[in-house]
Amino acid sequence: MKIALTAREKNIDTEMDPRFGRAPFFVVYDTEWGSYSFIDNEQNLNAAQGAGVQAAQNVVKTGADVLITGSCGPKAFRVLQTSGIDIVVGASGSIKEVIELYNKGELKAAQGPDVEGHWV
Amino acid sequence: MKIAVASGKGGTGKTTVAVNMALSVDFPVTLVDADVEEPNGIFFLPLTLEKSGDVSIREPVVNSSRCTSCGACAKACRFNAIAITPKGAMIFPELCHACGGCFMACREGAITERERVIGALSQGKAGNLTFIQGELNVGEALAPPVIREAKKRAEEASLIIIDSPPGTACPMVAAVGDADFVLLVTEPTPFGLNDLKLAVETVRTLSRPFGVVINRDGIGDEGVRDYCAREGIEIVGSVPDDRAVAEHYSRGIPAVVLSPDYKALFKEILRKAKEGISSKEDL
Repeated sequence: MKIALTAREKNIDTEMDPRFGRAPFFVVYDTEWGSYSFIDNEQNLNAAQGAGVQAAQNVVKTGADVLITGSCGPKAFRVLQTSGIDIVVGASGSIKEVIELYNKGELKAAQGPDVEGHWV
Repeated sequence: MKIAVASGKGGTGKTTVAVNMALSVDFPVTLVDADVEEPNGIFFLPLTLEKSGDVSIREPVVNSSRCTSCGACAKACRFNAIAITPKGAMIFPELCHACGGCFMACREGAITERERVIGALSQGKAGNLTFIQGELNVGEALAPPVIREAKKRAEEASLIIIDSPPGTACPMVAAVGDADFVLLVTEPTPFGLNDLKLAVETVRTLSRPFGVVINRDGIGDEGVRDYCAREGIEIVGSVPDDRAVAEHYSRGIPAVVLSPDYKALFKEILRKAKEGISSKEDL
């Protein structure tokens, strides 16, 4: 199983990024291999619009089964949900800690977006 | 000739200047309310509006049975409006600018286009004044197509005054982009100056001749005048801060009705804008 998280830096000991669409990186943890890989979300940082949609697209491409982040808006939520990805919102802490919490079953998938979409 | 009335900041008096200029002359003039998200010129005009048409865009629709999730449409989209999921392309109409790119990029014939009404045009006439209003439907985000269609309706007229939307983004550019002269309305305050500078930058980028109108003159400071002097920008008129104008405005009565002095003042602003165009043509 693959777990994707939003990251500020390419380091699993640092705080995860609470933002979804405009997080600089995604980290993908593969539970089977115990390995981490980092994916660049840089192109979305300055997107005029649709950052959430394209960030969701990037997560879909990683083949992740679950996304853990701080907040997720309605458009990104639809893309992820349609792609069969579970979404966990409201998470905080270091990337390593959050993955441990998830593995202990302490983080539950959200039923819907937790924030409103926003315009440019 | 087209004269656009614009400003970086909202609420500086664009509609006041546009409406009063249009009402200050005796020859034929067409006023276009291009502030399609909140058209309010009609409140000050002695005429009845009649709907003259719809404005629609061509919106892409995905036929998921033909979609192979190849991603060509998402790659073509410059507006991040398409995501590819295992179940096919997903289009977000609220981000779509109706450019037609995805339709052309799709090799599977999975994208078709359908018309969607996003706004309406209406029209009215009173004496020498023709008024055209564009209005964007509530919940829609794409103002420029409505602005372009409203302007198209006025194309035949010899003198067109365009009341532009505020700001310096796409709607403002759609309104002033082909104007022969732009009047930038500002207030003589630090806030007004800040947004005036942005508007000046925009009309300079668009290579439009322009001048500044100071509204509510007498309040604030000398910042706007100093800036215009430094930049060599002509102040083509100033409207005094007058409580009587504000009170009449709040009842939908334009300043030109209030006194012949105001009629002369706005007529002079219009004359200078026209002069600005002809001096440009002489060069």
